[in-house]
Amino acid sequence: MELITLKNICKTYNLGDIDVPVLKGVSLDIMNGEMVALMGASGSGKSTLMNILGCLDRPTSGEYWLDGEEVSRISSDRRALIRNHKIGFVFQNFNLLPRTSAVDNVAMPLAYTAGHLSSREARKRAEAMLEKVGLADRMEHVPSQLSGGQQQRVAIARALINHPPVLFADEPTGNLDSHTSAEVLKMFQDLNRTENITIILVTHDAHVAGHAQRVIHISDGLINDGVYCAAPPVEEDVR
Amino acid sequence: MKLYVVVKNALRTLLRNPMRAMLTALGIVIGVGSVIAMMEIGSGSSEALKKSISNMGANMLMIFPGMTSTGGVSGGMGSAQNLSPEDCEAIIRECPAVRTAAPTVRVRVQVVRGNRNWVPNQVQGTTSAYLDVRGNTIEEGSPISERDILNCNRVCLLGKTVARELFGDESPVNQEVRIKSITFRVIGVLAAKGANMMGMDQDDIILAPWTTVKYRIAGSSMTTANQSQSSSTSSTGSTRGVLYPSGSTSLYPEKSSTQTANTPLTMRFATVDMILASAVSPEAIPDAIKQITALLRERHRLHPQAEDDFSIRDMTEMTNTLSSTTKLMTNLLLCVAMISLVVGGVGIMNIMLVSVTERTREIGLRMAVGARSRDILLQFLVESIVLCLVGGIIGIMLGHGGAILVALMLGWPVSTSIPAIVAAFMVSAAVGIIFGYYPAWKASRLDPIEALRYE
Repeated sequence: MELITLKNICKTYNLGDIDVPVLKGVSLDIMNGEMVALMGASGSGKSTLMNILGCLDRPTSGEYWLDGEEVSRISSDRRALIRNHKIGFVFQNFNLLPRTSAVDNVAMPLAYTAGHLSSREARKRAEAMLEKVGLADRMEHVPSQLSGGQQQRVAIARALINHPPVLFADEPTGNLDSHTSAEVLKMFQDLNRTENITIILVTHDAHVAGHAQRVIHISDGLINDGVYCAAPPVEEDVR
Repeated sequence: MKLYVVVKNALRTLLRNPMRAMLTALGIVIGVGSVIAMMEIGSGSSEALKKSISNMGANMLMIFPGMTSTGGVSGGMGSAQNLSPEDCEAIIRECPAVRTAAPTVRVRVQVVRGNRNWVPNQVQGTTSAYLDVRGNTIEEGSPISERDILNCNRVCLLGKTVARELFGDESPVNQEVRIKSITFRVIGVLAAKGANMMGMDQDDIILAPWTTVKYRIAGSSMTTANQSQSSSTSSTGSTRGVLYPSGSTSLYPEKSSTQTANTPLTMRFATVDMILASAVSPEAIPDAIKQITALLRERHRLHPQAEDDFSIRDMTEMTNTLSSTTKLMTNLLLCVAMISLVVGGVGIMNIMLVSVTERTREIGLRMAVGARSRDILLQFLVESIVLCLVGGIIGIMLGHGGAILVALMLGWPVSTSIPAIVAAFMVSAAVGIIFGYYPAWKASRLDPIEALRYE
């Protein structure tokens, strides 16, 4: 079943009088439980596509179905809710709150979830998440006391706190050495396999992309090829 | 998102940078602190001012007898003899709005001591309550007692001017003066009061028991009466007058005891020239006038349609001065309060703007994980309100402490003002909202993509 369906997505930025087309009609299907890598050179429209997929931005035209809901035309408040419930983000520079303990960092998104959780329950859930990513002994450490790999694991725990069906990782290994990169990527693979979470890796590193089941190449605002391993190749729409 | 969670988060965020939070709140602390201190010192001094203006007689009421006319010649205000000392006692007893009252009998006579003589502006026969009503104090000696009044004792209190004219630098206490050739012992000297609002020297005065003045001195007690209307009513019919001849020549041959028994005079009660009353406060003056009017009409048995046979005057001019002074003071303080709070508020706004810029990434992250723009708005608004309220509370404590310190060290009058504290608290919350709104709004309008990428 498709978790994500893009139909002819266009995105044009308006710089004064000049319209700059960044995405020129992208169509794409991502199945539930897939692990996909999104590759492309800088300026290819990779980040823009990622922002639209992550409900941070709206396409100029086209349709975007996420989890059976058309989300390309909804209000920013609705999009915030969708980000909170259905999407987890992992960033290159971790983006943890400074001088805030790991457990508080992980529990942070719960503050924006409909408030049926008491702060005690929220803390419990955050602790469970940290245990899952192997940081049970680092609950009260602040980011500056954690290594890069540990920080990224805190960020992953934070992304998973609301049990989203899809996880976006934007250059998740960009700031990590090769050893911890391998660990983090292994964690993504485990999450994909055991929890059936759809994972979308945005990267320009072919080695990282190699951990995915499918690699989608973007250049110049169009998808060049997206090899779908598990099913017969899908002919991607061009323009 | 629950409010207490927001407040808790705001406190935690502020504590992440305690030095900056403290310095930011300092503007509010100083603003609120100075307002509270000034309010307390100001209301203390306005209280003291009120008291001293009251001492000048702002809540004084003067009750005059009505007027008479004989053969078309009007006696003028106060010429009737229908206020009795009993009226005065009744006023003290039955009018709750009146603090105290004193009857007065006035004469204008020569005072002699040794080879010096002087005619005081006023020789007043009264009771000890007079001092209270007029706000006089005794510098040296003792006041007139009840006993002096009952016994018509020949004692008197001298005003500063009289004492200087008759005694020079000597202390007059326990010396003797002759008032209209009657020997009086000086029992005290009044503290100097200076000129009153009309420029009349208030120290040019002699006070004596009203009975003594009435029965021993008063040949004519009618200083307020039309002097051209020489009438026999000025003789008081007092038996004591015989002992000390008043000096006015008797027009008729004296009656023998038989004649007196044959033509009994209607009983004449003692009358006084004026009653001075003091209302409990300047605000209570209208009530006091109402109560005294009702009481005197009843005592004088006046028909409901009849006019009052007395008149009451108050010091409206002084009261107006008093209230306008107080109002001016309050407004002045309010202006200072506003200015200092605006300055504090601008400081808050400045730091909040810096904070929004500095935490752009955090804002982007919060939006990415599901914060709506109104959540961000609330977060920053609550932060600035918490900052202002904490500053306000510290300011209230500091200001209150400062006021107490001033009271202790300089001995200025200080009064704690609960409304000022409540107002300062509310105003600091309002400053937080007003000056925190723009930065918070700015934060909430950030684009999450831009914010996440911000370096």
